[in-house]
Amino acid sequence: MNAVTHPTPQQDTPAPAQTRETPALRPRVDIREDGTGITLVADLPGVPKDRLELRVEGDQLAIDAEMAIPAPEDMESVHGEVSVPRYRRVFTLSKELDPDGISADLQQGVLTLRIPKARHAQPRRIAVQVGSMPSPA
Amino acid sequence: MLHRSLFPRDVFAELDRLQRDVQDLFGLSPSIRGSARGGFPALNIGGTPRSVEVYAFAPGIDPATLELTLDRTVLTLSGERKATEAPAEGTTTHVQERFAGRFRRVVNLPDDIDPDAVTADYRDGVLHVSVQRRATALPRRIEVH
Repeated sequence: MNAVTHPTPQQDTPAPAQTRETPALRPRVDIREDGTGITLVADLPGVPKDRLELRVEGDQLAIDAEMAIPAPEDMESVHGEVSVPRYRRVFTLSKELDPDGISADLQQGVLTLRIPKARHAQPRRIAVQVGSMPSPA
Repeated sequence: MLHRSLFPRDVFAELDRLQRDVQDLFGLSPSIRGSARGGFPALNIGGTPRSVEVYAFAPGIDPATLELTLDRTVLTLSGERKATEAPAEGTTTHVQERFAGRFRRVVNLPDDIDPDAVTADYRDGVLHVSVQRRATALPRRIEVH
């Protein structure tokens, strides 16, 4: 795997200091790469559009999201597998990706991010010509 | 990798494990059907004096394909989540963590529910099932004369 060409899930670096105190779930993601960019799909169940925050700072792409699930006021939890109403995950973008071109779509709790490659980084077919090489003088 | 086991990096996974252990320890009335944690979709269950509320975290599913049945007190949720579109030629998959395939989860609800008073709605990838308790099960104030 070419570690330079795709966003790397960050497990080693702690989250930024200002958000460190609030625990958050790590959303599950799929990351696919093709010739023109990267598609990142993240499961964010319970998150409406207005509670989703995407930030690019330097080469860091951060997903911050909060669930908004209506529940009766007097409800007491009996069984909880989702214990924190928040998601956070940070990815490191590589240089050839174009952070200004990122598009995002949130449908039924699934976030799809498209991160295009900068034009110069897209694969080009290099024509190989035979017999026309200028002879080195 | 030795360093990974010596220094667990995913603090939240650790917290989750700890919480799981604690909940196992205090045994939230382990029923014969168990409580298969970690399955898809994740379930949260809550109760009020009037109802039982079940939340299934199942993002990206067409609600019309969700199969939800309530047989007496046994609530069954099943369906299928399709994998994101088949990778085209020249596509590299770097990370694949999301669930894909058929799923089925079964929950045993309390005895006092009314199987005829169920509502379900799907919003932002969360299926919310609300089952009313029978009126007779509500706590009543007994007048003392």
